[in-house]
Amino acid sequence: MSWLNRAARGIQSLAKQKDVPDNLWQKCPGCGEILYRRELERSWYVCGACGFHLPLDAVRYIDLLLDADSWEELYAGVTSVDPLGFRDSRRYPDRLRVARRQTGREDAVITGRGRLDGLPVNLAVLDFAFMGGSLGSAMGEKIARLLLDASSQRRSAIVVSRSGGARMQESLFSLMQMAKTAAVLARLREEGVPFISLCVNPTYGGVTASFAMLGDLNLGEPGAMIGFAGPRVIKQTIGGDLPEGFQSAEFLLEKGQLDQVVERRRLKATLATILRWFCEDRDVSIPGPVRE
Amino acid sequence: MPETTKGPWLDFERPIVELEERIRTLEASAAVGGVDVADEVAHLRRKAVRLSDDIFSKLEPWQRVQLARHGRRPTTLDLIERIFTQFVPLHGDRQFRDDPAIVGGLARLEGRPVLVLGHQKGRDTRSNVQRNFGMAHPEGYRKALRLMTLAERFERPIITFIDTPGAYPGLGAEERGQAEAIAHNLRAMAALRVPTVAVVTGEGGSGGALALGVADRIYMLENAVYSVISPEGCAAILWRDAAKAPDAAKAMRLTAADAFRHTLIDGIVGEPVGGAHRDHAAAALAVKAQLLDALAELVALDQKTLRERRLAKYLAMGEWTERR
Ligand SMILES: [Zn+2]
Repeated sequence: MSWLNRAARGIQSLAKQKDVPDNLWQKCPGCGEILYRRELERSWYVCGACGFHLPLDAVRYIDLLLDADSWEELYAGVTSVDPLGFRDSRRYPDRLRVARRQTGREDAVITGRGRLDGLPVNLAVLDFAFMGGSLGSAMGEKIARLLLDASSQRRSAIVVSRSGGARMQESLFSLMQMAKTAAVLARLREEGVPFISLCVNPTYGGVTASFAMLGDLNLGEPGAMIGFAGPRVIKQTIGGDLPEGFQSAEFLLEKGQLDQVVERRRLKATLATILRWFCEDRDVSIPGPVRE
Repeated sequence: MPETTKGPWLDFERPIVELEERIRTLEASAAVGGVDVADEVAHLRRKAVRLSDDIFSKLEPWQRVQLARHGRRPTTLDLIERIFTQFVPLHGDRQFRDDPAIVGGLARLEGRPVLVLGHQKGRDTRSNVQRNFGMAHPEGYRKALRLMTLAERFERPIITFIDTPGAYPGLGAEERGQAEAIAHNLRAMAALRVPTVAVVTGEGGSGGALALGVADRIYMLENAVYSVISPEGCAAILWRDAAKAPDAAKAMRLTAADAFRHTLIDGIVGEPVGGAHRDHAAAALAVKAQLLDALAELVALDQKTLRERRLAKYLAMGEWTERR
């Protein structure tokens, strides 16, 4: 089975689990094994039988990566508007309303400060459940602010990306968020403040073509689909099938586009090792009381 | 009158072109028969201008898309030839190959040394295949970056012309890091220590356009378009029907006037009557005037101010509210 199908099934199974919130088990999209939800919760949604990485809710990445009780959410009130008066089969404000109701969030990214193994960090996690984690003005603003804060407070920054790409309903506004976030990353880079990008399944389009590929290190989760153009568009362009494993994190690793593919349960330890190497004896992410 | 009446023409241009053809025929017959047709020709010419103004003042967004993609629209090389007094083309990314979808080189603008680069489309099927329809691969963006850092090293302003349907979505492009190449350019352009001016001359297609478009000043030609995805792509996803591209073009507000109203660009460069493709020389002259204006302001700024203003400009882009 191709990574694409496995990834797509992973997303489907997430949708199903939302429809039936009280189901006790779930079939692994990787090996077909029946997995108990309580077991999955404990293993951060990694299949115990085959290691398949099932989708993990955005908010759970905060628990996965940060020390208990260290999280302080920032900019939670930044919310999308409808600058173009956009309407396809539905009005954009209606789509936003539905997404807000479904996720309880104002937009498709959670941003804040916390500690990773004692190291102060700024963390953003994209929420795929909110309009496919798409990049619009609100996300661009939140990530830009978080990175500027990381720069001025000299705290390492981490972004966990999971997105279909740009938010079409904001067209050119959306496109310019790529430039906006990249411009702030230029500053971070000059100031020697580390930025780590982690791509989880799926990461595409304008998100990949901006901050998600601009880490001092770019990491990926096993089996994550990562690319610029979507598989369907590429298939159409070349008029043929895609090679096995095309655009999987392992494929990107082989082609030199990622530094590492990191198993989810090793993520925090890996990030701690990396950040210590970046920050030790330097004026960045200094453990101790959070500087204001 | 426009320098050419050679097609192909868009449907809404036909009445204008037919009228111009009539004028030409009339003049030719008068030359042979010795009849005085001056009055009638003058009348018809005024009529042609009125007709053109009328049609072009009511263009739908989709018609602008068609103009931006017009087979006779001036390409980057057409503009370079007419704007600069010198052009030394440069090739290659030093890693993989030379991407013919992006051209660039050393140039002089009214004598001043500048670097110019841009997407390059073809004029016919053969040249379009060679240029990959102006859709660059990663090595194209990396060539652009190499040239831009060259300009930075020698303290020369950078001018970019944007005209692409988008970055090429293919196997090799993905393998060689299309996303990384674009992202890298965005970050690098934001940090350049020399003045930068970008002009969307035709199609501003998505990240592939933006990869040459992070600049101190951004302009669009009057009939250029700029959007996050092609109208066809947007229609295929949101309308589930690529044929709804005209609806998507309207919904995305992709015209120069829209981008200017939303303060996402700094200005609009007016096109000659009937569009840039009717008179390449006049279109180039208008672009040149805008470039000279912009550079006059930018070269007066010190590096620090230049870069701070550029960052501030991009930080201000976006519309959102904040709930407390
Ligand atoms: Zn399994």
